[in-house]
Amino acid sequence: LTQQQRNGRGCNCPWPHRHSARPQYGAATEWAEHFQKNYRLMTDEEKAEARTRLERRYSSEYGKKVTVDTTGAQPGVLMGYALNIRKCIGCRRCVHACVEENNQSRGTRPGEKIEWIQVLRMERGEFSKGQDEPRLSRRPGHPGRRQRLHPGRPGARRASTTTTPEAVPEKGRHLHADRLHAVREAALRQGLPGAHHLPRGDGPVVIDYNWCIGCKHVHERLPLLGAALQPDHAGAAQGRHEPGDALPGQPAAHARRGREVPLVPAAHPPGPLPGLRRGLPGRCPQVRQPARPGKRSEQGLARKNVFRLKAELNTFPKFFYFYD
Amino acid sequence: MLYVFYLQNTEGLIVTGMTSQIHDGLYLANLVFLVGVAAGAVTIVFPAYVYHHEGMHKVTVLGEMLAITAVIMVMMFVFAHMGRPDRLWHMIPPMGIYSFSSMLGWDVMVLNGYLILNARLRLLLPVVQVHRQPDQQEVVHAAGVCRDRLGAVDPHRDGLPDGEQPGAPDVVPQHDADPLHRHRLRGRPGADHHAFLIIRKNTKFWIDDSAIKLLTTIVTWCLGIAIFLTLSEVVVELYARTEHANGLYYLMFGLHGLTALVPWFWSAMVLMIGVLRAVLMPSFRNDMKAADPCAMAFAGIWIEKGMGLIVPGFIPSPIGEVTEYYPTFVEWLMVLGIWAFGFFILTILLKGAIGILLGDIKFGGPAGRAAK
Repeated sequence: LTQQQRNGRGCNCPWPHRHSARPQYGAATEWAEHFQKNYRLMTDEEKAEARTRLERRYSSEYGKKVTVDTTGAQPGVLMGYALNIRKCIGCRRCVHACVEENNQSRGTRPGEKIEWIQVLRMERGEFSKGQDEPRLSRRPGHPGRRQRLHPGRPGARRASTTTTPEAVPEKGRHLHADRLHAVREAALRQGLPGAHHLPRGDGPVVIDYNWCIGCKHVHERLPLLGAALQPDHAGAAQGRHEPGDALPGQPAAHARRGREVPLVPAAHPPGPLPGLRRGLPGRCPQVRQPARPGKRSEQGLARKNVFRLKAELNTFPKFFYFYD
Repeated sequence: MLYVFYLQNTEGLIVTGMTSQIHDGLYLANLVFLVGVAAGAVTIVFPAYVYHHEGMHKVTVLGEMLAITAVIMVMMFVFAHMGRPDRLWHMIPPMGIYSFSSMLGWDVMVLNGYLILNARLRLLLPVVQVHRQPDQQEVVHAAGVCRDRLGAVDPHRDGLPDGEQPGAPDVVPQHDADPLHRHRLRGRPGADHHAFLIIRKNTKFWIDDSAIKLLTTIVTWCLGIAIFLTLSEVVVELYARTEHANGLYYLMFGLHGLTALVPWFWSAMVLMIGVLRAVLMPSFRNDMKAADPCAMAFAGIWIEKGMGLIVPGFIPSPIGEVTEYYPTFVEWLMVLGIWAFGFFILTILLKGAIGILLGDIKFGGPAGRAAK
């Protein structure tokens, strides 16, 4: 690999910081943010104060009115995502719809682009007729093992995996939507040295950004890229997972579009997410609240062949695969 | 070092080679190795106080200074690794909230406790010697033995190689059955051996041949056991060649043409086997001027127990991603800076300890009388 490929920034400069992802806006972090209490211990008055402070800061930074939401989890709601694996062709329209729906960062520089749904691009294995063993058995990797390759820096990773394909399905490849899987809150708690994670009653476990120390242990507890390094404007590499994880101290990149920035994860009203429903060509995903009794999604999960990915690694996602 | 630390905290960890897949890199590799070096004080304390080795007894304090230095360096690597070191107080009660179920939380507690014990006991011992109170010296020595056994238990260091982390389930498992604390301790006698030779050559403090020979023997045994266990695991993992061996296979030969760690592994193997071959020769082992093998062993173990242990644990990822990790220039500068600072601290501590052991520094000496 050349230095250019390694740093993924289109130059041969050995100093990556020269072309790093530092956003070109001022980090007007107020002192109160440094001393903000843990979110789970904050009173309603303190939450309101933080909300006002964040609205003021974001509106000032981006020159437009930014609102911050503090809506909590809705009782009786458990957010989930069920994907018909036989119909998914990896078109990534659910990814775009999810970004739109959850007001995720749409930046182009490293760390700015955040997508909670990812599409895996996997090479198909080779098998030869008449052979007892697959042809790849003596090569590195497991026979028929589908693997994604990330040669080097994140720039190369994006180019090889989650870019928008020119056409789907791709010949010789298998595209497969995947979600950022999480684990049970108890398992996550084992990895985090501080109490900066916040389990919500409607499914997600979210990270209190103002208390995140950037230890990256959340990555070790989330086996399937449930968290992604996010170098934000303050120089942090912080964990991020689960849908709608807008948090106290929401990264300013989210506010750039001037949309509503929720202080806590957005709790969607009962019913299908409108963005996802609009964006999809078929009925591959069903976004529902699977815990709502009597609803179609719950009935579907009960009747169909449903599995979850890498259950042996203690994953406990709200993202289910099923097939007819 | 300060400049790159500033870069990391203004530009973010994007200036490092770490990614979402490989989130523990060169810093954690050094941390893991140095924790082993710190806890490896047991290889000096045990012969001295359990087996009453006369030569080793005299130099125990010097070895303990290396332990203090290693723990300080470990904490510096923790700071380098953190994305937000300014928020570390969030995990210190009562200002923050401490999580007893977190491995990193226990890591912090063990390291701080080990540093406090080391500082209390080993910086206390020279003071006791200055005051010439032999009874208290024995108490301090006994406490030192207990301390070293306690300090050798580090949850993060021992937990990660066990593959208990869901994010790194197929970590190179060659260390599971290792009785020598994942045989990272064996880096320690090599470092001690090298330091003792330097001290003997450049100071008035004379270290007995018996102590150096014993250290060489410990290095020989540890290296032999470690290489045997490593090769055993290679056979166990690669015999059936399931996908769970991909981490080790990537480390040894690379996967799909991606071979970033292969030079690391084989250079470590060459160094370690070369050193073992050398120290097995009596003429070489008894040569009191041969410091090169210990430096080679130290480097080989640094590679194998650092880069060779941490990074392959994340390759491939649970969904089959093969992500290469290249330490950036920023990371190398930070590592070099921390090591340089560590040697600086070690030099100061050793100079003070040698002065006390030689009797150059005495309570109520010329300086003390001048102060009065």
